[in-house]
Amino acid sequence: MSLAKRIIPCLDVDNGRVVKGVQFVDIRDAGNPVEVARRYDEEGADEITFLDITASSDDRETIVHVVEEVANEVFIPLTVGGGIRTVDDVRRMLNAGADKVAINTAAVFNPEFVREASDKVGSQCIVVAIDAKKVSAEGEPLRWEIFTHGGRKPTGLDAIEWAKKMVEYGAGEILLTSMDRDGTKIGFDLPLTRAISEAVTVPVIASGGVGNLDHLAEGVTEGLADAVLAASIFHFAEYTIQEAKQHMADRGIEMRLSDRYV
Amino acid sequence: MSSTIAVVDYGMGNLRSVSKALEHVVQDGQRVIVSSDASEIADAERVVFPGQGAARDCMQQLKDLKLDEAVLQAAHEKPFLGICMGMQVLMSHSEENQGIDCLNLYPGDVRAFSDSALKAQMQSLKVPHMGWNKVAQKQSHPLWSDIEDGNRFYFVHSYYVDPEDETLVAGTTEYGIEFVSVIARDNVFAAQFHPEKSAHDGLQLLKNFSRWNGQP
Repeated sequence: MSLAKRIIPCLDVDNGRVVKGVQFVDIRDAGNPVEVARRYDEEGADEITFLDITASSDDRETIVHVVEEVANEVFIPLTVGGGIRTVDDVRRMLNAGADKVAINTAAVFNPEFVREASDKVGSQCIVVAIDAKKVSAEGEPLRWEIFTHGGRKPTGLDAIEWAKKMVEYGAGEILLTSMDRDGTKIGFDLPLTRAISEAVTVPVIASGGVGNLDHLAEGVTEGLADAVLAASIFHFAEYTIQEAKQHMADRGIEMRLSDRYV
Repeated sequence: MSSTIAVVDYGMGNLRSVSKALEHVVQDGQRVIVSSDASEIADAERVVFPGQGAARDCMQQLKDLKLDEAVLQAAHEKPFLGICMGMQVLMSHSEENQGIDCLNLYPGDVRAFSDSALKAQMQSLKVPHMGWNKVAQKQSHPLWSDIEDGNRFYFVHSYYVDPEDETLVAGTTEYGIEFVSVIARDNVFAAQFHPEKSAHDGLQLLKNFSRWNGQP
């Protein structure tokens, strides 16, 4: 088996600018999505994900231009998430140069949207983002539920059942974020990642909690993830993507390595 | 003949990435157009035939737009690059959508990774086959120029081609099984992976194509 596991840096974009402080000393404008994307490409990123956190729907059009500009220069797969609610939203992102769109809240409120979108543009373009939180008490069998609104609102939906349902509805990939771990830097929720990965037939991207390179590796070796997504460890230049890939390869994980990457 | 590279637009997926990647590598004086016009495709010096989505929809769209003949004509006479679904529909038949007749340029079937016979071997492998995988070069070919044997390209697909004629095979990839990821004959080169999304080596392949005279 020679398919490489993927490393996907994730950029939060607000009104066309990268936020949450990307800190590369040697790039001119760390707020410019094109420059940051180009840098990650040079470091050997396998894909790039943009999360549009623009609050006002009036300003949503800016992410379309961001995707266009990045896609003109960076020739690796691009995923866009945030505010995708209609098939028109999906098409607009794909036409701008995105390869995949991530659907999150809209899937929870209207699962048929996932079916409709994947029918129209193909499952390979549809990522369903799942935000899950552990709800089982100590000593109980592990159970996770889907939460919306940044982990604040429970939905009562069981995460594993939900993931299976989304695949049945046409999700080509699952982006799984542990809301318990997001921002903690203590590592992925590995039992959650493993449970979802074993339950579905499509690739799973692990997200939420990465603080060091071992965490990335464990997402694959213990969480059985097909790809790992991280933001801050790359943004703050704690590690380059190339270093992360080398570390994972040293732990026996198949990675896309090249001496071309910086 | 114009120095135009025509990217065939038949409404199946986003062609912007393909045309942008080509624009990135073409020589001065070369022009990239995205076209659904049979005469423009006939006039072009080189033709790129991309595609994504379902085989049924691809064949239907090609027929509706009367582009099936234009595509076959191009595949018979000028440098021609098929990508992903644009490779698959060159075969005679696809197992997708309960069976679909394709363009029949090459005898052979398009098969599903998830086929029951395969499942035992595939075990826990995920479908679609998505990500960067190695391509073993099986023919020396101008389009492999400056690309190392075994380098990785970006794939995303659930079906793969199984040509009857083994001499078509120009590249293979392992995913549970060894499958044919590139075919080439005369002026035709077709890949299951996406060169437009495969970073440096993908651009190199497109660059090689933009300079290729169609001789193997």
